[in-house]
Amino acid sequence: MTAPAPAPPRDRMLPAYVLAGIAFGVVLTKGELVSWFRIQEALRFDGFYLYAVFASALAVAAPAFALLERRRVRSFAGDFVAVPPKALGRGIRYAGGGAIFGLGWGIAGVCPGPLFALLGAGVGVIAVMILGALVGTWVYGYLRPTLPH
Amino acid sequence: MPELLTRPWPWYVTGPLVGLTAVALLVIGNKQFGVSSNLRHLCAAWFPRNLGFFRYDWRSQGLWNLVFALGIVAGGFVGGVLLRNPDPVAITARAHADLAALGIRDFSGLVPADVFRWGVLLSLKGVLLIVGGGFLIGFGTAYAGGCTAGHGITGLADLQLPSLIAVISFFATGALASRFLLPLLLP
Repeated sequence: MTAPAPAPPRDRMLPAYVLAGIAFGVVLTKGELVSWFRIQEALRFDGFYLYAVFASALAVAAPAFALLERRRVRSFAGDFVAVPPKALGRGIRYAGGGAIFGLGWGIAGVCPGPLFALLGAGVGVIAVMILGALVGTWVYGYLRPTLPH
Repeated sequence: MPELLTRPWPWYVTGPLVGLTAVALLVIGNKQFGVSSNLRHLCAAWFPRNLGFFRYDWRSQGLWNLVFALGIVAGGFVGGVLLRNPDPVAITARAHADLAALGIRDFSGLVPADVFRWGVLLSLKGVLLIVGGGFLIGFGTAYAGGCTAGHGITGLADLQLPSLIAVISFFATGALASRFLLPLLLP
């Protein structure tokens, strides 16, 4: 008799990701990155707030990433920290996909993190926008074999 | 709620904390900070339809990201409801005038009540803005393989050229859409 295949072990770090998500959701709302007003202010070049957030986020993350990778630090899960490089290829997916996302971002004034945060903040109609985003993602999956990358 | 807890955070607190979120996910379990992949994971879980893009083990690859997104929803409740800032978002006077000229009247809250309400879905403009905007966000981030988080923070912090291309691209078309498309779609 063969024993049934063991269920894959549940990632014991899951609670830590939930906590990180909660913290990030608070940062998004208290930092007003979920605010349509802040996004339009930035995209219309009427203020520097969003650019200052990006610059200071990168000023923290870039040196920290480099240090973690160079020192071969192990994560709590046990593996070495390493950010896999994205394949450039012809680069069409990055220029084209980025351009399409940007159009949606400019129209909606919301990007994916805020989609989830605004749902929690009680903006009900955001659920419809998330549904639209799911349809968009699915249609990409459907058309992917025909699209240049 | 004491004013200290409800007032919004300045950029020099917000930005570094966004950066630290990306660092924390690497340290916890070597995970790359990103949000838009969740849209792919949800499609893979709910209607994969045998499409190659959705044929992977979303549980082993995406569960961490989905619970992270669930946390974001909860954090949005904490920051947007429990610690709600009673004052309007302090955008610049120039931004205020600019948006008022587009017809925005209600500047209270995180998003304009003129736009983000159920009734807006009764007009074609409103559907294009809410559903069409969402569609482009989903399609574009899936195509590009990342959004403002995955490319804008993780990719740029790792000095990756593909992410720089994506970021320049979405800021450029974002600015164009805000200037030329948004005025056509506001109610």
